[in-house]
Amino acid sequence: MNFFFEVLIGGLLSGVMYALVALGFVMIYKASGVFNFAQGAMVYLAALSVVGCMEKGAPLWLAIILAFVIMTLFGIATEKFVLRKLVNQPPIALFMATIGLAFFIEGVAPMIFGSEPRALDLGIVDEPIESIMENWNMVISKFDLVAAGVAAVLVATLALFFQYTRVGRALRAVADDHQAALSIGIPLQHIWAIVWGVAGFVALVAGMMWGARNGVQFALTFTALKALPVLILGGFTSVPGAIVGGLIIGASEKLAEIYIPPVMQDLFGGNFGGIEGWFPYVLALLFLLVRPEGLFGEKHIDRV
Amino acid sequence: MIKGFKPALAAAAVSLALFSQGGFAAEEQFFPLIDYRVGPYGSNGQAFYGGFIDYLNYVNLKEKGVNGVMMTWEECETEYNNAKGVECYERLKGKAAKSAGPIHTMSTGISYALIDKSAQDKLPLAMMGYGRTDAVDGSVFPYAFPLVTTYQMQASAIVKFIKDKNGGNLAGKKIVYLYHDSAYGKEAIIAMEAEASLNKFQLVQIPVAHPGNEQGAQWLKIRQEKPDYVVFWGWGVMNQTALKAAQKVGYPRDKMIGSWWTGSEEDVVPAGDAAKGYMAATWNVAGKQVPVIADIEKVVYGAGKGNLQDTAKIGTVLYNRGVSAAVLSVEAIRKGQEKYGKGKALNGEQMRWALENLNITEARLKQVGATNLLPEIKTSCDNHEGSGKVKVQQWDGAKWVPVSDWIEGNKALIHPLFQASAKQYAKEKGITPRDCSKEK
Repeated sequence: MNFFFEVLIGGLLSGVMYALVALGFVMIYKASGVFNFAQGAMVYLAALSVVGCMEKGAPLWLAIILAFVIMTLFGIATEKFVLRKLVNQPPIALFMATIGLAFFIEGVAPMIFGSEPRALDLGIVDEPIESIMENWNMVISKFDLVAAGVAAVLVATLALFFQYTRVGRALRAVADDHQAALSIGIPLQHIWAIVWGVAGFVALVAGMMWGARNGVQFALTFTALKALPVLILGGFTSVPGAIVGGLIIGASEKLAEIYIPPVMQDLFGGNFGGIEGWFPYVLALLFLLVRPEGLFGEKHIDRV
Repeated sequence: MIKGFKPALAAAAVSLALFSQGGFAAEEQFFPLIDYRVGPYGSNGQAFYGGFIDYLNYVNLKEKGVNGVMMTWEECETEYNNAKGVECYERLKGKAAKSAGPIHTMSTGISYALIDKSAQDKLPLAMMGYGRTDAVDGSVFPYAFPLVTTYQMQASAIVKFIKDKNGGNLAGKKIVYLYHDSAYGKEAIIAMEAEASLNKFQLVQIPVAHPGNEQGAQWLKIRQEKPDYVVFWGWGVMNQTALKAAQKVGYPRDKMIGSWWTGSEEDVVPAGDAAKGYMAATWNVAGKQVPVIADIEKVVYGAGKGNLQDTAKIGTVLYNRGVSAAVLSVEAIRKGQEKYGKGKALNGEQMRWALENLNITEARLKQVGATNLLPEIKTSCDNHEGSGKVKVQQWDGAKWVPVSDWIEGNKALIHPLFQASAKQYAKEKGITPRDCSKEK
């Protein structure tokens, strides 16, 4: 039973890491109704900017600020050169634009900052907490707990931002209908630049946490793969949904990885395992059948 | 001025005429380099192909080629993508038809995609430490060369290393095989199972789904299993993630021994202190203490012809691996020229013969400045591997340090597995194996 809880808690903490990436998707989707295919690449760009600036001699705090500036400028440039021309175009056109953006980042970012896998030391050691290990014989990582704290602060800030600020309300209006938002005087270009900047900030936080955990390298773009089932589960428009979805996906995939393969082996023989790559997607698919808008997603009703 | 101009013009015209007829044209040995320097594993490719090209340049600068035959090459970027690998092959094979150095793709997927095509086109495909391992049996795979050593022989050598550390007895021990859940990761399972059966240790297999950037469950399972050792078959981000996850669950890194694709600087530096003490097999050593590596830096980079922008990569595991691959390729050219004529470029069929008749001894390695860079190699029709030896190296936090001599895998146990697999392949494809006793 102790082992079960160890796996469960480890899974929940992993889920927080997924949620950090999922939040970036939610930001863009809420403001433009577009699934941002480039979010994984933005996580990579943000982390690469931090280590790139550090290699040029900047201390960590300055590197983070500079990376934030880079991500904000990137957001503004994306609005100006990519999205502005696509106002009122079908969402698929915007989606295709983000695919192009992803490949652009993946090609250009390593040309600027180098493609070497590098370590990112945030000063948080990824080691078990000794007191928990001694008293309960359970591995709970210090790093994962810090990540959970960071995610909690980020979610609270974003939720307040969307709910209680004028910009937040404007973002939601823009997401509902570009043309209607424009007609009542909401500055669409301004709003999009802000939201891409905020999404860049979320990508920076996710990139630093994932980069500190596994190293800063091209594979950071793959973190998006972990965020997709989280979004399906939590809903594409809900900030708390990203967290809850992350927790469910993280815990379920870890429990599945431990407990399903032995059953499969008993039933069919052979060697099973490595199922956490596809299990979250199957779970999300099943969830789609029951609740297509996700746990916290907005139910969209069209007039006929 | 005008006076001197006319004879000079005449001389140039005569030279041009002779050159166009091939009269003074130097022979060239062409290498179709199907490589990658960008994309997910670009940094690995930069070091490997940087080392490879630097050695070809070194031979050109230092010796004016092999008996006057200059090394030439053309690169084609694959981004480690199989479809692009095939596209590159199709683009370069025309040039390689006349003179062909071995093709090095440094990708198992691309090698698999090219294995039949290259045989049809009679272009030798080298797979040093990757690719289709049953191609050791040259009677079925005449144009494929998994040179130096294979995943299965490597796994066997790692078990031998662990056995030696345990007084020659592994009975009752528990070894976890943690692997990338792909063809690459699964290749060594057959060898690990054979070794477990022979040495009576318990083998626990734990796969990790691609890309392997999340291994929490696997390492909690390892903690529960309490293995004596973890043999680790990772790739890319899976490597750093495993080292960090091992640290997280408190598993000692000096009980982890990885394959050669988990044992470069690129694999351990991003993991920081978590990598300290970790061991990995390798078929080539790192460092600039190897004479040829130091000389390349002096001769090639001294002449401003170095291939790497980031010279810090010189002497790294993957750079030295690229040099090692080039050393073997150039030695094959020398061998081929002994048979087919000195100063003449080799075509694909001649190169195939040369790769199949390599005999690179310690003495020869010393002559080319590659002492201890790689093991001795002796290939034949029924042994396209030629060595089967690895060293084990340990990361001390700053560099890889060899902690063993060359260790040969259990050939009597492993090679029959290759032969059985190759026989099956021949049956499926309707190939009549060559009679190796008639090949010389």
